[in-house]
Amino acid sequence: MLEVAFRHRFPGLSLEVAFQAPGGVTALFGPSGCGKSTAINAIAGLLRPDQGRIALDGRVLFDGATNLSPQARRIGCVFQDARLFPHMTVAANLRYPSRWRRGAARDFDRITEMLALGPLLHRRPGTLSGGERQRVAIGRALLSDPALLVMDEPLAALDEARKAEIMPWLERLRDQIRLPILYVSHSVPEVLRLATTVVLMRQGRVTHSGALADILADPELAPQLGAREAGALIRATVEAREADGLTRVATAGGPMLLPELDLAPGRVLRLRILAHEVILAREAPRGLSALNALPVAVTRIEGGLVQLALGHGAQHERMLAQVTPRSVKALELQPGTACHAIVKSVSVLPS
Amino acid sequence: MIPTDWLGPQEWQAVRLSLRVAAVATLASLPLAVAVAWLLARRRFPGHGLVSGIVHLPLILPPVVTGYLLLVTFGTQGPVGSLLKPLGIVFAFRWTGAALACGIMSFPLMVRAIRLGFEAVDPKLEQAAATLGAPRAWIFLTVTLPLIMPAILAGATLGFAKAMGEFGATITFVSNIPGQTQTLPSAIYALLQVPSGDAAALRLVLVSVVIAMGAVLVSEWLARRMAERIEARR
Repeated sequence: MLEVAFRHRFPGLSLEVAFQAPGGVTALFGPSGCGKSTAINAIAGLLRPDQGRIALDGRVLFDGATNLSPQARRIGCVFQDARLFPHMTVAANLRYPSRWRRGAARDFDRITEMLALGPLLHRRPGTLSGGERQRVAIGRALLSDPALLVMDEPLAALDEARKAEIMPWLERLRDQIRLPILYVSHSVPEVLRLATTVVLMRQGRVTHSGALADILADPELAPQLGAREAGALIRATVEAREADGLTRVATAGGPMLLPELDLAPGRVLRLRILAHEVILAREAPRGLSALNALPVAVTRIEGGLVQLALGHGAQHERMLAQVTPRSVKALELQPGTACHAIVKSVSVLPS
Repeated sequence: MIPTDWLGPQEWQAVRLSLRVAAVATLASLPLAVAVAWLLARRRFPGHGLVSGIVHLPLILPPVVTGYLLLVTFGTQGPVGSLLKPLGIVFAFRWTGAALACGIMSFPLMVRAIRLGFEAVDPKLEQAAATLGAPRAWIFLTVTLPLIMPAILAGATLGFAKAMGEFGATITFVSNIPGQTQTLPSAIYALLQVPSGDAAALRLVLVSVVIAMGAVLVSEWLARRMAERIEARR
């Protein structure tokens, strides 16, 4: 668990950052210039905040009395610009930390294999593509035997093809290495694919933090991720393949039909349902071409977004629908109203 | 094959002495030049401008003034010279004095070249090394120093060439004693003072041109090789 609470003043920007990152991938999300990079520099020990406390797994990295050097913090950093040593081969870059972080040397083979770095070992950073450079930077950070991995927009400098190339490696990292990751980004697709916890930042302040699914289903917070991106993330379990090729999945709100998925029954999926793909009806719809209509209950209405509860009790999940104020009035929607959510389209994320 | 009797024994002596003086001056002042360049490039402290000014002084002062100040300070009667004499270290009218004068005269040129090198190294690379656990001295040796090696080479070459040509401060401080302190420029100067010396002076001029060109070409070749090893900086 990473605990961060500090204040720092720059000319023109004052920062007040406080959040906690449990295990898994915590995304530090916000627009450019909101102080994300400052926050990670303070965490990594590259910037001394004016005041505050930063602790990792109960170990104090910074407070009034302590200010550990970057060397002593054991925080592996992957920077946007990779920062590989240009005068060394890839192998020498990867082995650079091993002289000082003894625990790391034994992982060399495993990590070069996991990131497929073998063919690059004798090359120099100047001859690598952007995606390859980031993979080496990730390997080097992992080989510094870190207690936390901090990634500062590792994909921001890459084009879409390179992003697509490196993303699976990040997912492997999350799923195979039990290492907490702090992932700084201003890209919604990256956050959706990788994060378990989200910390929202704006103008030097943390505005909210919580589980990814909760933030996506919060009508107040979801717009911070971008209006087009508002919408829920719900869990689904593959049940069966229908005769016509569609796949039936179980959700908290009942069964849903998805286009053909080549997945075995029992597989758990995450479904992304965007708010503008959801239509609300007070009565069970008939004569519709949409396949999926789920019984839901309104829980909150805020700024053109309606939050809905799917299912009951401990199993319930939340989703969002984009509804104009006129329709809210016409349908007489208010917290507690039972209605039907017609889902026009769903995207499937691996879980 | 170049005939060795092409130059007289006294001229050869001047060439050899100049090479030795320039080499010693360059090698001895290089570590200090790297340290001062680092200080000026990477540290902000009260008196930054003053240090920079003192380092650059020999570049601006008339060389005769520098030589005279050295004579006053490091002469056998001078405050530093009289302290060093019991230790067996004597600069006045010795080749070591010529090396000291050349070292001081070429120092600002070396510092300027190396300082540019430090300023071109991205401190973010050093930060990255720190997060990987390397102590600061190790980072300096393994990251910073290799990256500024072309600048150090450029500074050393410039310093060497300046030391080879230094005349005013040297002749003021250690005079012009054949075999002791008569460097190449002093020898050329002495030859020009006698009616029959023109031909010999011309030969020495040729030698100094060849040495200077050679030094520049070798250092450019080395710097290019290093730059190729480093390749695109990212």
